[in-house]
Amino acid sequence: MTALLAITGLTLKTSTTTLVDSLNLSIAPGERLGLIGESGSGKSLTAMAATGLLPPSIKASGSITLAGQQIIGTPDHQLNHLRGTDVAVVFQEPLTALDPLMRIGRQIAEPLQRRAARDGNSLSGAALDQAILDLMADVALPDPQRIAHAYPHEISGGQRQRVAIAMALACRPDLLIADEPTTALDVTTQAEILRLLDSLVRQRNMALLFISHDLPVVAGIVDRVAVLRRGVIVETGPVAEIFARPQHDYTATLVAAAHAFDAALGAQP
Amino acid sequence: MTTLDVTTPKRRSYGSITLWAGLALVGLHIAIGLLTLVWTPYDPTGMSGGRLEAPSWLHWAGTDRLGRDFLTQIMIGSRIALIVGTGAVAIGVLIGVTLGILAAFASKLLDDALAATLDILIAFPTLLIAMLVVAASDTANLASAIVAIGIALSAIVARLTRILAKRVLLMDYITAARTSGSSWPAIVFGHILPNIWPTLSVNFALQFGLAVIAEASLSYLGLGAPPPNASWGRLLQEAQGTVYTAPIGAIAPGIALVSLVIGINLLADGLRDSIDPTRRAR
Repeated sequence: MTALLAITGLTLKTSTTTLVDSLNLSIAPGERLGLIGESGSGKSLTAMAATGLLPPSIKASGSITLAGQQIIGTPDHQLNHLRGTDVAVVFQEPLTALDPLMRIGRQIAEPLQRRAARDGNSLSGAALDQAILDLMADVALPDPQRIAHAYPHEISGGQRQRVAIAMALACRPDLLIADEPTTALDVTTQAEILRLLDSLVRQRNMALLFISHDLPVVAGIVDRVAVLRRGVIVETGPVAEIFARPQHDYTATLVAAAHAFDAALGAQP
Repeated sequence: MTTLDVTTPKRRSYGSITLWAGLALVGLHIAIGLLTLVWTPYDPTGMSGGRLEAPSWLHWAGTDRLGRDFLTQIMIGSRIALIVGTGAVAIGVLIGVTLGILAAFASKLLDDALAATLDILIAFPTLLIAMLVVAASDTANLASAIVAIGIALSAIVARLTRILAKRVLLMDYITAARTSGSSWPAIVFGHILPNIWPTLSVNFALQFGLAVIAEASLSYLGLGAPPPNASWGRLLQEAQGTVYTAPIGAIAPGIALVSLVIGINLLADGLRDSIDPTRRAR
């Protein structure tokens, strides 16, 4: 099976430092991969590189193909056709990921209409409103009538992240990149969002690239894990394998930390 | 099935003392300006009384040194001020916002060049730029004054737009829009302009005030609207020689000028509070 996203020998550099060094990664259609690493290890940059949205100060070399299209070196206006149909992103901070001056309904409508336009249809009026409400139901947003009329600052963090997920889903992408989507949320909400993402990705048979610094968070939702440290992938394999028999010291530390955390929680009365 | 109205905004009622005071003052000037198109108390160019008469029931603001009714001229001055303010701000916004957005998107080199040009332009006094433009056109008239002031204002608008747009460009929702395949025009009109508009629009009001004052200054110097158009600046200039014998000639246009500028600023503050939903909620 050809990979949906294939990254080979990706190197990302600024003028002074190498941020990611000859990274190889591939995701098959429908596959779910976790990219784990500490802050500054290059996880988010790798994801941005995959969508062709690197800041101009960072130079990329190597090869990234997304649905057969080479990303590196391709002009932006050509990549724009890929974005939203082949890939969509959910960001870490749901407050800044939503336009503060646009009502939620309108924000969800935008990618819906764009996707429809690309498929050669137009979506407006009652059909559009129904599509918005359907999506809001899919991501389990309560009281959709009120939330559709609300501004981002008027709803909770968990609800905002659901809206962000709805916007990404509105694109019906083949690959969903989730960049630490639960980091800014409290633990209960985190669990809900993870369950939601898990079921949505399963239902729609999307591929998922889940980026996190938190091994246990990733473990429940992906098939395979790649561990990134200082721009280098130190270990990759099926999630159960990595958990049971970490090969690299760094992975072992992460696993041990996760176990210690679980133990500490278990020791609570 | 549920009701399907999720994209049309709900109407809200809002209002503050600032907004209403601003509306009242500006509305008064607009009403007077419109009124002068169809009716004035006296013929603005004809003599209707003695020279330099004091305020009376016949001439509420007295008469000028040629015996023309002063109130009539001030009322026409409202119209001129509003035309100049609106025209100059429209030109300033059109040029300024376009340049500012371009600069925000431009490559580093072009952006630096634009920013430096704008800084130089801002360092020039508005009045000096306006005088240069008026001097470059054949005769001083209302249109040349409007264009001149508009160009002078555009530098300030451009710089503000550039910096505001750059800040918005860094936000995740722009990246989110890009990753979902939004085109740049859609991002500019859908996200950037709406998000910088509240700050910009308050600034436009300040500039409207500046434009009105700049026009008065140009007219005062004889570079504004030529005589049949009674501009407040020209009224002030004409009253200069008789300010001790007939102070009303300087006071009345002064009050008119100040009341319009204050009104515009109050209106801007009030509008900002009601336009920006993140402020409205507080």
